[in-house]
Order: sequence, then structure tokens, then C-alpha cells
Amino acid sequence: MAQTFLDSTELVLNMGPQHPSTHGVLRVILKLDGEKVTGTECVVGYLHRGVEKIAENRTYAQFAPYVDRMDYVASVSNGLGYCLAVEKLLNVEAPPRAQVVRVILTELNRIASHLIWLGTHALDLGAITPLFYVMREREDILNIYEKYCGARLTTHAFRIGGLQYDLYDGFEEEVKRFCDIIGPRVDEYEELLTGNRIWIARLTNVGVLNAEDCKAYGVTGPLLRAAGVKWDLRKAQPYSGYQHYDFEIPTRANGDSYDRYIVRVQEMRQAVRIVRQALDRIEPGPIMAKVAKVIKPPVGEAYVSIEAPKGELGYFVVSDGSTQPYRVRVRPPSFINLQAVDRMARGSLIADVCAIIGTIDIVLGEVDR
Amino acid sequence: MRRFLRTVFLIDLIEGLWVTFRTQHPRNICTDQYPRERPKIAERFRGAPRLNNHPETGETLCIACNLCAIACPEALIVVSSERNEKTKRKELTDFTYDLSRCMFCGLCEDACPVDALELTQDFEIASYTRDGLIWDRKMLEEGPRPARYKF
Repeated sequence: MAQTFLDSTELVLNMGPQHPSTHGVLRVILKLDGEKVTGTECVVGYLHRGVEKIAENRTYAQFAPYVDRMDYVASVSNGLGYCLAVEKLLNVEAPPRAQVVRVILTELNRIASHLIWLGTHALDLGAITPLFYVMREREDILNIYEKYCGARLTTHAFRIGGLQYDLYDGFEEEVKRFCDIIGPRVDEYEELLTGNRIWIARLTNVGVLNAEDCKAYGVTGPLLRAAGVKWDLRKAQPYSGYQHYDFEIPTRANGDSYDRYIVRVQEMRQAVRIVRQALDRIEPGPIMAKVAKVIKPPVGEAYVSIEAPKGELGYFVVSDGSTQPYRVRVRPPSFINLQAVDRMARGSLIADVCAIIGTIDIVLGEVDR
Repeated sequence: MRRFLRTVFLIDLIEGLWVTFRTQHPRNICTDQYPRERPKIAERFRGAPRLNNHPETGETLCIACNLCAIACPEALIVVSSERNEKTKRKELTDFTYDLSRCMFCGLCEDACPVDALELTQDFEIASYTRDGLIWDRKMLEEGPRPARYKF
């Protein structure tokens, strides 16, 4: 008798792209044996806009607003990566004041990104309260962005060679006030979640990815640090003057989802520490390096990677000597971390797939580009 | 005994409600009563574009240099100009700004050498038609006129 699909114990289930827990338009094909996941396959590309191709017919300055639209939760970090890459091509460095402001804004962005991650991750697992709390704090950050550069989400805050806007009056006080309130607020989230029995039960030993696997998959960011590898590009290859700041790299040993939660919460606290130090380092001075109006880098290529909230964010820019880049290649952390879903989800239960996708902290705008 | 008294006098409930009432202070309410009260927008907000006129003479500040159109990543600005035979200078005739494709990056206003083009704090720029989002010179000079409601 011929085998039909009824004889098979394997069930193929389609999850997404309109599934709320996939954080956008990710489609995951799940192979199930009862409740158990025997294999997953991610289908990406639903949000593909061809950003890298767009770069090839824009000038260097014109492409800068597009990078904000990749990882829109951490648009400032994207802008920083791109600006640093082009600055490396041009062989210029932003003035000290600009570098300090860049550090403040990117670290605030790290907090904002982790807040969104915390809220949505908790929401995926059924905890609704944290989402409202994190949105409240994120609002403060977005208000600072709005006052600084005029936009909240797709900020376009940095320009090649420095900054377009100088700090507004009261910036320091506002950031300081935010630093003062975010600490107790993070305590509040921890009170809600860290010792919560449901939270622990849903996260411990879910989506385990050990250090070897992380390295093999090229996984970076909080996922790598939760597996016990002390690797942070801000320490390993400092950019924008990160070598002057005193902060720690939080790590954990197990590499499961709960450890990633702890690492991210600790990172928020460290980010506040960096912002406080950076506020003391603000000094008067120019905010823009000497960069020609028409940016025409010499023939060559440059790769710059920064520690974005989600991991290593790399920009590879090739110049053919014209006003437009020959090629821009982005190494998005989400896309590369997303590959590890199969490794993490295999053998777990179907309900844990939501937790695993959530714990990677993907943004589909960045995965598909 | 202590536990019993806590239960009788509903201490836990009151403690919980105290947290609720603590956040009821008007300072903590951040909902905007939108059409009734317009929100305060940051000074640097990049919203609807405006083509500035000279405050005294009422003539346009735009010198039709076309730099904004060159700076725009989406190439959505069209500047048309005419050469004035008397003064031998370019004069602006029409200015088209396609808001439907604009991403409000602010590169056009950065490029403007005379501060004629500016992204203002007006944010009510929605339109029922696509054509309504393509602004001509008149619209750019006057700015959007959002509906005002009576309450």
C-alpha cells in the first residue's frame, strides 16, 4: 500500500507571516511530532525593500536616512555604523564632542531597543503588564530624540563626519533625569519578572545555545554573552571613543532564554552607566569634521562593525571613486542570529517556539533589508 | 494574629490601591486630548515642508538653485525657474514637492543656502487622494490647513 501523508507522524505547520509572535513578517515552517518540534525552517524576505541596492544609486549622504529603516527599533545605531564606515573610507574622524553625543544617543537607543524587546518578549509569553511600563520609559527616550533631531523613530541623527544638529538647551538635564528614573524602573521590571515563577518556567532551558554553537553560527550580541563568551565590540575593537568609558560586559553561563533576559537587563544598567559618564565628557567644540559637501571617497573599501543592541552590526562600503557607493553590504545581527532558530527549537515544544523567536530579538526590517 | 489583622483590615488591598492612586497624579497622565488640544511638537520636528517668503516684502526667498532637488534621496522635488531678462537672474516659477514619497529626512532643508525650504512643525498632512499629497508652490507657501473642529 502506498504511503500517504496520513501514515506519517510528522505534521508540517505553517507559522506566520501574520503571526503576532514572529515580530513582523517572519514565516516559520514547523515540522512537528505531536507537540514536539523536529525541525524548523525560516522563510524570510516578506519585508525585502532592496536597501543595499538602493545604496548603489544614492550618494553617500543620501543613503544615510535609509539605514534607519533597517533596524527601526535601533535606528541610531544603524546610522552610527554607516557613518563610521563612510568616515573610515574618507579617513576622517568625528570631533570629540560629536563622538560623545553619538555615544549618548546610541546608548539611549540600546536601552530603547532592549525595552521594546523586554515588552514584546513578555507579551509573547503572556505577561501584558511590562509592555505598558516599557513603552512609558521608551517615550522619554523618544522625546529626547524628537527634541534633538526632529524625529522619533527614523531619526537620521548623525551625518557623515559628525552631527548635523548641536545639542538643544536642557539636553543634559533631560538625559540626567532619564538616567535617574530608569534605574528604579528597571528594578520594577525585575520585580515583575526575574523571580516570577511562570517567567522562569517558560524561559529556563528554553532555546539553549552554547558557546560553541554560537561561534559556529556567527551569533553575536546578548545571545553570545548569555552563553558565557565575553565578547563586546565596544571593548574588543572600540569605536567612537568607547575605550574611555568604564563599563562591564554582563555575561551568563547557561545560554538559555532566561540568561539572555538577565544579560539584556544588565546591559540596560550598563548603558545608563555609559550615558552618565558620557554626560560628564561633553565639552564645547565643533560637531562636524571637515568633510566636503560632495562626498567622494577614494577608491577602496571599508568594513566597520559596531555593537548594536542586537549584536554585531557591520557595514561594508565599497567605493569606486564616484559620488555613489559601488556596493554597500550590511551584516545585520538579527538575520545571522535568526539562523540559530532551528538549532534552538529542535526538540522543544511548539509553545516554546514563540519564546525562542522572541529571545533572539529580531527586527524583520533588518532581517529582510 | 498579625496576618489575621491584615486580612480583616484589608491592608494588602489598600497597599495595592495606593500604588494605583499614586500614579493618578495629573502629572503622570500623558494622554493628549488630540483634536481639542494640539500636542506640543519639538522645535526641530521635521514635518510638512514650507517655502518661506520674505516677511516684509512677501517675495519668495527661493533662488531656484535646485540644490534641494539634488539633495533629495527620493528625487521628489521639482524646481522650475525662468530667467528674468531684466535682472539676468533665475526666478522661481513653480515648485513641486511630492509628499507621498517624502521620508522627512531633512536633507533638502540642510541643502538650502537661503533657508527658503523648511520642514515645519505641521504634522497634519494627510489627504484623501494621492494628488492631494503633491504640493505645488501655492500650497507650500501657505501650508496645510487642517480641519478645526468645534466642541
